[in-house]
Amino acid sequence: MEKCRIIFSGSGGQGIITAAVILAEAAVLYEDMMAVQSQAYGPQARGGVSRSDVIISDSTIDFPKVIQPNVLICLTQAAYNAYSPLIRPGGLLLSDEKFVNTDRKADARQIRLPMYATVMETIKKPVVFNICVLGALISLTKLVKPESIMNVLETRIPQELLKMNNEALDLGIKMGTTCFRS
Amino acid sequence: MKKNLKFIQGNEACVEGALYAGLDFFAGYPITPSTEIAEMLSIRLPQMGGKFLQMEDEIASMCAIIGASLTGHKVMTATSGPGFSLKQEALGYAIMTEIPCVIVNVQRGGPSTGNPTHVSQGDVNQSRWGTHGDHAIIVLTASNHPDVFAITVEAFNMAETYRTPVILLFDEVIGHMRERLVIPQKGEIPLVQRLKTEVKRDVDYHPYLPREDGRLPMSDFGGIHRYNVTGLFHDMWGFPTDNPQVVHGLLRHLVDKINNNVHQIARWKEYFLEDAATILISYGSSARSSLHLVKERRARGEQLGLIELQTLWPFPYGMIRQKCENARTIVVVEMNMGQITHEVKLAVHDPGKVFLANRIDGELITPDDIKKIIRLIQGKGV
Amino acid sequence: MPIKDYIRERFFPHLWCSGCGHGIVLNALLRAIEALGINKSNIVMVSGIGCSSRISGYVDFHTMHTLHGRALSFATGIKMSRPELTLIVPMGDGDALAIGGNHFIHTARRNIDMTAIIMNNRTYGMTGGQYSPLSGFGTLATTAPYSNIDHDFDVVELAKAAGASFVARSTTYHVQQLTDILKAAIEHKGFSAVEVLSQCPEYFGRKNKMGTPADMLEHYKENTTTIGSKKKQENPNLLERGIFVQKQIPEYCSEYDKIIEKAKKAVEGKTE
Repeated sequence: MEKCRIIFSGSGGQGIITAAVILAEAAVLYEDMMAVQSQAYGPQARGGVSRSDVIISDSTIDFPKVIQPNVLICLTQAAYNAYSPLIRPGGLLLSDEKFVNTDRKADARQIRLPMYATVMETIKKPVVFNICVLGALISLTKLVKPESIMNVLETRIPQELLKMNNEALDLGIKMGTTCFRS
Repeated sequence: MKKNLKFIQGNEACVEGALYAGLDFFAGYPITPSTEIAEMLSIRLPQMGGKFLQMEDEIASMCAIIGASLTGHKVMTATSGPGFSLKQEALGYAIMTEIPCVIVNVQRGGPSTGNPTHVSQGDVNQSRWGTHGDHAIIVLTASNHPDVFAITVEAFNMAETYRTPVILLFDEVIGHMRERLVIPQKGEIPLVQRLKTEVKRDVDYHPYLPREDGRLPMSDFGGIHRYNVTGLFHDMWGFPTDNPQVVHGLLRHLVDKINNNVHQIARWKEYFLEDAATILISYGSSARSSLHLVKERRARGEQLGLIELQTLWPFPYGMIRQKCENARTIVVVEMNMGQITHEVKLAVHDPGKVFLANRIDGELITPDDIKKIIRLIQGKGV
Repeated sequence: MPIKDYIRERFFPHLWCSGCGHGIVLNALLRAIEALGINKSNIVMVSGIGCSSRISGYVDFHTMHTLHGRALSFATGIKMSRPELTLIVPMGDGDALAIGGNHFIHTARRNIDMTAIIMNNRTYGMTGGQYSPLSGFGTLATTAPYSNIDHDFDVVELAKAAGASFVARSTTYHVQQLTDILKAAIEHKGFSAVEVLSQCPEYFGRKNKMGTPADMLEHYKENTTTIGSKKKQENPNLLERGIFVQKQIPEYCSEYDKIIEKAKKAVEGKTE
């Protein structure tokens, strides 16, 4: 696989850093790939624009930060405004309908999905929003298999919450697949 | 999934390395960006019967690990910037009393409280000369998690071999970044255990009488020999003295035991040096940016090479002089105002060909930053 | 064991000035240890910097002469790694309460089993008689030539407030009481703070016109009394001597052993 450079952006509390770690961990532990994950530290992690970088590759990764992402995830308008100019031509920009107006012209495939609304409608727990985003992301990019994400979740969260997370992941995968077809 | 395959932060890789090396006593004080080391050890050490202490400040933490080491334990503390400044007093005590210990400094921006959540490599000279008085010191660093693990084990080994504090000088990017690590099997990396004295109970033991090879066998404090330890200049019994001959001999011993072994202590990695017209010298996270650039430019036929330093002190002047002999330009890539650049200039025959490529704004220097600086040096403009 | 077997004779004569109270403290300490019958190989003495701290050189225990103010932190590392050893930490007043004040209150708060002896001579003797946090308002010192405007600590009140589980005070005049208090302090499982008023005739005494060493001892006799005595009720200005606090509360090393048990159980639970 070619290097994939991803920026997760949103606001503190949306779980974007957790999502970034889960994705990268899934790639390394269960798909035998290389990955690095880094994030902005400090007050940003607890509010304000929050960001995490992930690089996934089948060979050594030297420079660990993302300057021009192939894949950009924006979960707030502020994050969209700040990071959408960075995206590589032809890249993928995934955002959420509730939080982001994709009013800019970016030389990228902009996919705006009702992830938050769907999670609230069916699962009614905002805490798994990030897992739904991950679902949409992996169905759009095929970066890792859903099982690998679930494998990571099994080591990170209590047994009783796994089902809910699995549902959220599936919701995201479905949304991603549907928009692929359209 | 392999059991020893991990996806963890650099701070955690350091913890894994320390535990592999036999760490069983840690004392620290929370400070960004090193805190994960303390947090993780507060979980792991008691699980193995080891001790974790959160002290009232960095001074007390440093003193506590020295006390614990003297009784025969492998010890470590971890800190950053301001906390590292506070540790300097007791660091000197460990040097003077020849008590092995490992001090991790995950560097952040300074001076003062500085830029806590951002990267810097500004403590290179402090790690060398931070404590007062003439002394030698071992300072190691690394740029990726397998190396962080291995160099941490090495730090414990060197601390025991030379009976000295060893400083692990990491930086915020390495400490916080998550990356792949395969933990080596037991026995894969050799471990150095403390050299114990063979002097029997009730026989006069000289705690500060080095063997002919300079090594100093220890008797666990509180054990079968009762002796004195002091931060004052001391004789072979460990008793304070100002006898000029003894003072001279001890200081020479403290400096020589490290500086005479530069060849044993020097660790570095080299990439594409054979025909390199331009050699980059870097360490820690900036070495990753450098390597990225070197690989990229090599693919385009540029004669660029890299020396990645893992031992910063004692500085390997001889190695640098030899490796850089045929280079037209030497560019030291670091995130400070030229602390290693200065040493490289001392090392090479023509200091005029040594340049600094740096970034001091709290952001990791990028391959593009380095490329632009090299072009400026070469008179090509950005 | 004869008292002289507890000292390192070859390092005598000691460096204390004639008339200094610190030798009396050493004497009382050795008598206390002898009475308790503790094997000298089971005693660790950790000291800081100052006249008082030199005491560690003269005793035939495991001895560590450390940094100014930091002795309790070094001692904490030793005690945590070798809890079976008896830890004694002699300190000066500046050592314990100025530069080492933070370590003092936190070591007391943790209630780690060791005995801190604060040899209070109200001055920095080794550097030549500067004012310490225990010199007191209105005293003279080489750095308070016009009179000291720093108020002093009450060591006993400070140790109590910091949570020490054993707090006592005596003087170099009251050697018998001092020996008994040191015995009780060493036997106490937890952090013991013992303040000993110890005269410095050379600096504090001379600067403040306290007379001869004998006069200074006399001063301790005249100006102190046992806790809750009738004399105290008649004259509230007298300084009380004796054991102020002696209580059993969880000791740090023992509590840490429980943490180890808990942590080990947590791992076993996971691997099962």
